Amino acid sequence: MDEKKYKLAMQFTQAIPFCKTLNMRVEEIGEAVAVLSMPYDPRVIGDPDTGVVHGGAFFALLDTCAGLAIFMHPDSTLSTATINLRVDYMRSATPGQRIFARAEVYNATRSVAFVRATAWDDDTENPVATATGTFTFVRPEEAKS
Amino acid sequence: MSKQHKEPLQQIKERRDNALAALVDRVPYISFMGICFERRGDELTAVMRFDEKLIGNPILPALHGGATASFLETTAVIELAWSQAWRQMEGGTVHTAAMATVRLPKTIDFTVDYLRSGLARDCYARARINRSGRRYASVHVEAWQDNRSRLYAQATGHFLMPKYDD
Repeated sequence: MDEKKYKLAMQFTQAIPFCKTLNMRVEEIGEAVAVLSMPYDPRVIGDPDTGVVHGGAFFALLDTCAGLAIFMHPDSTLSTATINLRVDYMRSATPGQRIFARAEVYNATRSVAFVRATAWDDDTENPVATATGTFTFVRPEEAKS
Repeated sequence: MSKQHKEPLQQIKERRDNALAALVDRVPYISFMGICFERRGDELTAVMRFDEKLIGNPILPALHGGATASFLETTAVIELAWSQAWRQMEGGTVHTAAMATVRLPKTIDFTVDYLRSGLARDCYARARINRSGRRYASVHVEAWQDNRSRLYAQATGHFLMPKYDD
């Protein structure tokens, strides 16, 4: 991987105001793969009775993670936008625990990337949420034309 | 019921507004996102005020897809809780004071279509409950910015109603 791309990828969440607000952090990057995390934060509680994080915060983490995985695809440019994203919520995240997400691009056509992602907390065996999505995919040769 | 007919208009409005506020104000994420709800009768319109922190693409600039998804999911959940509360409230089985103890539905799945990039301005959304059973509900949400007819995002979600989520 070239150094410039690696640097950009590691700064990904810092460059995006909404990710910065939610204190997202890049944990790991690889070819067409990304792992992000986000701390538990009382400001993003969605269920006041249990202190469980709002589904929308998970959605944001999974969406961002998918975006970074696309950036990490060897044929991709920086520019991508979500076309559609579906998140299935398997269980409530445990309040107080950091949450993680891993996304991978499992297929990329000339103009569309297909992404799968999973989110979990301390219990790594049981995912909190999974996601599948389609994203715009711009290859360098297309970007120029 | 006869008592309700005599209730002054202003009092009815206040009672309903207080009931809605009791639902919404309890959720930290709603105020964190700058989301509020406008009410006409039982109809709700959600509003997300633009804020720099909601940006996902600083170059365009455009709202973060996660911010839009959060906005739509919040709109759906509050619409469901509100429609239940409304029936109970107007049916006289629940008092406004008890609204603070209403439990929220849990999201099973949520699917967002991004139709246009979200611009750096306020967003509006309305939810439509397509099916609401005892256990499950299906809700569709539409969001727009400048023109009601030019949606910038839409979503469909399924929810587990509070009584059955144990």
